Amino acid sequence: MILGAPPLNPPAPLPVAEHVAALPPWVLLAYLAAGVLFILALRGLSSPATSQRGNRYGMIGMGIAVVTTLATQAPIPPGALLPQPTPDDLRILFQILAAIALGAVIGIVTARRIAMTAMPQLVAAFHSLVGLAAVLVGWAAYLNPEAFGIVVPALTTVDGDLVSTRLARINPVSRLEMGLGIAIGAITFSGSVIAFLKLAGKMSGAPILLPLRHVINLGTLLAILGLTAYFMTDQDLWVIATLTALAFLIGFLLIIPIGGADMPVVVSMLNSYSGWAAAAMGFTLHNTAMIVTGALVGSSGAILSYIMCRAMNRSFISVIAGGFGAEAGAITDASKTDRPWKRGSAEDAAFLLKQAENVIVIPGYGMAVAQAQHILREMGDFLKNEGVNVKYAIHPVAGRMPGHMNVLLAEAAVPYDEVFELEDINSEFAQADVAFIIGANDVVNPAAKTDKASPIYGMPVFDVDKAKTVMFIKRSMGGVGYAGVDNDVFYMDQTMMLLGDAKKMVEEIVKALQH
Amino acid sequence: MDFISILSIFVLACFVGYYVVWSVTPALHTPLMAVTNAISSVIIVGALVAAAAKGSFEATWLGLIGVVLASVNIFGGFAVTARMLAMYKKKER
Repeated sequence: MILGAPPLNPPAPLPVAEHVAALPPWVLLAYLAAGVLFILALRGLSSPATSQRGNRYGMIGMGIAVVTTLATQAPIPPGALLPQPTPDDLRILFQILAAIALGAVIGIVTARRIAMTAMPQLVAAFHSLVGLAAVLVGWAAYLNPEAFGIVVPALTTVDGDLVSTRLARINPVSRLEMGLGIAIGAITFSGSVIAFLKLAGKMSGAPILLPLRHVINLGTLLAILGLTAYFMTDQDLWVIATLTALAFLIGFLLIIPIGGADMPVVVSMLNSYSGWAAAAMGFTLHNTAMIVTGALVGSSGAILSYIMCRAMNRSFISVIAGGFGAEAGAITDASKTDRPWKRGSAEDAAFLLKQAENVIVIPGYGMAVAQAQHILREMGDFLKNEGVNVKYAIHPVAGRMPGHMNVLLAEAAVPYDEVFELEDINSEFAQADVAFIIGANDVVNPAAKTDKASPIYGMPVFDVDKAKTVMFIKRSMGGVGYAGVDNDVFYMDQTMMLLGDAKKMVEEIVKALQH
Repeated sequence: MDFISILSIFVLACFVGYYVVWSVTPALHTPLMAVTNAISSVIIVGALVAAAAKGSFEATWLGLIGVVLASVNIFGGFAVTARMLAMYKKKER
């Protein structure tokens, strides 16, 4: 119970509150400007042409927010615009700048080195940092509420004596905001750590199902909500400590049962949570930039989760409940895999591709795993030189995070105006000579349209069955998609199975094309 | 600022977020996640306040660690977004 032991005579809170209230107007305007710049950063992403400018707006906004905060930490004398730092303030400033520099080096080196295929786990790792930072800020606010200007002004009890609690009494509304911020931050942290481990392959992507998990999860969530409410009446250390521990636990429990194929939803959801955590802290600090950002990020993640769920025809609840794909591999019975199918060679594929007029390439997560995007673009370039019309078709849930395939194709220098979304290109399969499927499976499964019993029924899929020829690159015939369902496309008359590693197979096709 | 004005800003910002995010092209959804991640590190403001304040040794250190974590995110997030966006090229005509 030594943690946070107070100075015996806590500094009078009133001057602090005045200090907060007396911020010059430029400070508030600066935070507002930062918030607006963040909105413009997202606005820029409406088209690749404006996106880089948008990103720079975001950086400027962040710079404004950080500099403004640093500049206002030394007391500002009444009437002055700028603070008058003491040597002690400058020492603190140096410490902080060192902390920023350390983070900057780690961040920039990571960002430079990371492979584009590893982007989902990087984003998950970054989410965990926001979550942990929110927890730390919440705890710091709890331990030093004077600094955050959230103490109740009157420090006297009914008897008129100074309250002798360990800590100054924190404003109950601030306690609620703080409790929520810590809880959401902790869930974001532990959830993102699990998501990271699953995406990075350091932990099995298969769902781990605990018995009674729904009861345990619901109980823990209710306990967190109850504790947050109770925290408003009692700011004792055990309340916030238990709250934090339970929130870390529930983040872990929530993500453990969710399988690899549902990761796009999970990553988006954690993105949303990191925003809400920032917003909750913004309420505690009365900071416009944080509140605006929190709302932006929160809605962004929520919308992405919704788009992903819709693209899988699943409800958000069923994704969160987890367990999808748990039976993967178990469903294929011998009778199904015994159906006749045709195997093609790289030479056969090259011959047909050269003859084709229209080719539509459908990349999936398997392309990312095999790092086949560069050789795929070489194949596309070669065909284009031969006068073939090559387009790329991307399903919203292809890959492990929203837009994953688009980034990989962009990395391989595929022009973005040759890349199309599902609804924009699906009608063109009837005119396509070749549908070239590389590393995708569930997103071309016609069972989604016809088989009501299928777990993926209702999911929008590519109409590859309308193409004259379907080329399906796949590691082997045994495996099935993440949904664990067999795919009728394998057995169609016009389908040519190209079995092997995606990268090697495309390399061989390119070689055959050049002959 | 009182609670109601803050709440108003928050609710209006949610609506702005809703419309702005729907206008983001699906091809840029991964950069969107990376950049929202970077800007949500504006939580560094809270960490800076804690790190700069006197009065609680523990809070100062929690704040400093928070500053490091958020900086990793800010610099890493914006840098990786910039790297991705630079790859999106139009067809050469």
